[in-house]
Amino acid sequence: MSGKFDVKEGFLYTKDHEWAAPKADGIEVGITAYAVDQLGDITLVNLDVKVGDSVQAGKSFGTIESVKTLSDLFSPVSGKITKINAELESHPELVNEDCYGKGWMVLIDASNPAEKDELLSPSAYGELLKIVDH
Amino acid sequence: MRYLPHTPEEIEAMLRAIGKGSVDELFEQIPKEVRLDRALAIEPPLDEPSLMRHLDELSHRNRAADLISFLGAGAYDHPISPAVDQLLLRSEFYTAYTPYQPEVAQGTLQSIFEFQTIVSELFGLPVANASMYDGASAAAEAVLMAKRLTRRERVLVSSGVHPHYRETIDTYLQGIGSGKAAIQALPLGEDGRPGALDNLVQDDIAAVVIGYPNFYGCVTDVRRAAEIAHRHGALLVTVTEEPFALALLEPPGELGADIAVGEGQPLGVPLQFGGPYVGLFACREGRDFLQQIPGRLVGETVDKNGERGYVLTLSTREQHIRRERATSNICTNTGLCALSVTIRMCMLGKQGFIEAGRQCLAKSEYLKAKIKALAGYSLVYPSTPTFNEFAVRVRGGSAARVVDALEPKGFLAGFDLGRVDPGRADQLLIAVTERASRADLDAFARALDAL
Repeated sequence: MSGKFDVKEGFLYTKDHEWAAPKADGIEVGITAYAVDQLGDITLVNLDVKVGDSVQAGKSFGTIESVKTLSDLFSPVSGKITKINAELESHPELVNEDCYGKGWMVLIDASNPAEKDELLSPSAYGELLKIVDH
Repeated sequence: MRYLPHTPEEIEAMLRAIGKGSVDELFEQIPKEVRLDRALAIEPPLDEPSLMRHLDELSHRNRAADLISFLGAGAYDHPISPAVDQLLLRSEFYTAYTPYQPEVAQGTLQSIFEFQTIVSELFGLPVANASMYDGASAAAEAVLMAKRLTRRERVLVSSGVHPHYRETIDTYLQGIGSGKAAIQALPLGEDGRPGALDNLVQDDIAAVVIGYPNFYGCVTDVRRAAEIAHRHGALLVTVTEEPFALALLEPPGELGADIAVGEGQPLGVPLQFGGPYVGLFACREGRDFLQQIPGRLVGETVDKNGERGYVLTLSTREQHIRRERATSNICTNTGLCALSVTIRMCMLGKQGFIEAGRQCLAKSEYLKAKIKALAGYSLVYPSTPTFNEFAVRVRGGSAARVVDALEPKGFLAGFDLGRVDPGRADQLLIAVTERASRADLDAFARALDAL
């Protein structure tokens, strides 16, 4: 825990409040507890990509809609989509319930390892949250 | 409606309160060049009796209201009981909008729920929304929805879909993907039904859009179109301008349509210079369809005491949530027109609705047979079934001339198809509703023969 919002150790983060978790078969991507708190009840996760599509770091791969607003989902890294979480189509509430687990969105086979260095460490992201959530 | 007059003293008091010396000073923020620095160029005020006389004179210039009408082409002259207007005027109902705190107005929500139920039963599809602006915009929204659902770019729109609807689809698509270029016309065959379906429906088509019945009155084979569309992963969208046809025809949903839209005007809105009308929109069930349906949905539920209650199950999110990412331009519904439809349909009842449909068909067939027997007149699509509208080739080769010649004789003869297709200048589109008497139909056929 870092402050009010859960920040997972071992994960990397973006300034846009996505997380990237290095796994054996690629980089798993989702949104952080802070993002979930800002959105409120999530009604629709709309992934614009399918398995095999290429994504670029910083570019949108879909949108997430809540009772309050709609936000873009930005990819933390560039690469190929190898898996998508099809469960979210019928159960978007999984993102509210377990944003670092069952609420994962896509798995990316990263093409540029250097991009990982651009991402925030848990402590750096925790510091960012202190600034944005004052 | 409240009328709030204000006296010169009150205006002065208001200006004083906000620290302005004059009304002009109040509006000084508006650039000078767009301000009108003179009085409006309108006639001076009239006293009430003079005004009434003036309005009376104006209304007598509206000759269309006195003519016997065979004009349809998307707007239909069905009789509507004055009781509908009387109920609409009730202050609880008399608004064009859904309230911003909708659950407070249970009566409004219940009436919308009833409307949705009527639309759902008409189309034979389980989900219907709280209404669209009109049939044309409903058709365009159906195309956009199909594109989102299939993530495909191209759409096939039958040439039998109302030309104004096709224009609206064009307009809606302009800013999306490859725009109008994504639309391909599906030509009509000899029988007035979409031909070449087998060849044109490909695996990149999002939707096939057909009229049911189509603009020329022909009853299309929805089942066949649905089978071909589905074989290629496309959705079938049906467009019904005259929903009274569905009193007798099988509902499009039962024939395989994925989205069915239509114009609600014939069901309960008088002919009023082209609008406001009310669009009907229904679709298949399924989370993906529910997530993509435009507009709002009212649902029935139970409150904490177990009593029946209504809620806005799906609100239009375009204004306050999706904003610049809106997928639809509908943020409201045409509430008053939808209510008018609901009241009228409830008054007709199921039997009354079917009876009205039977009369439309019988009277239309009667007139069709009469006209077919006249020398120089022939049916454009003689072998294809129609409901209450059909196209005829006129004697002399000019439908426009027939329309002009019959007006002084007391008839609105129909729609000159040359207005939308120069190749059809000899064709007249004739619509018949239950309003027409046998005497009207006989007199009209005689007038056509006398030309």
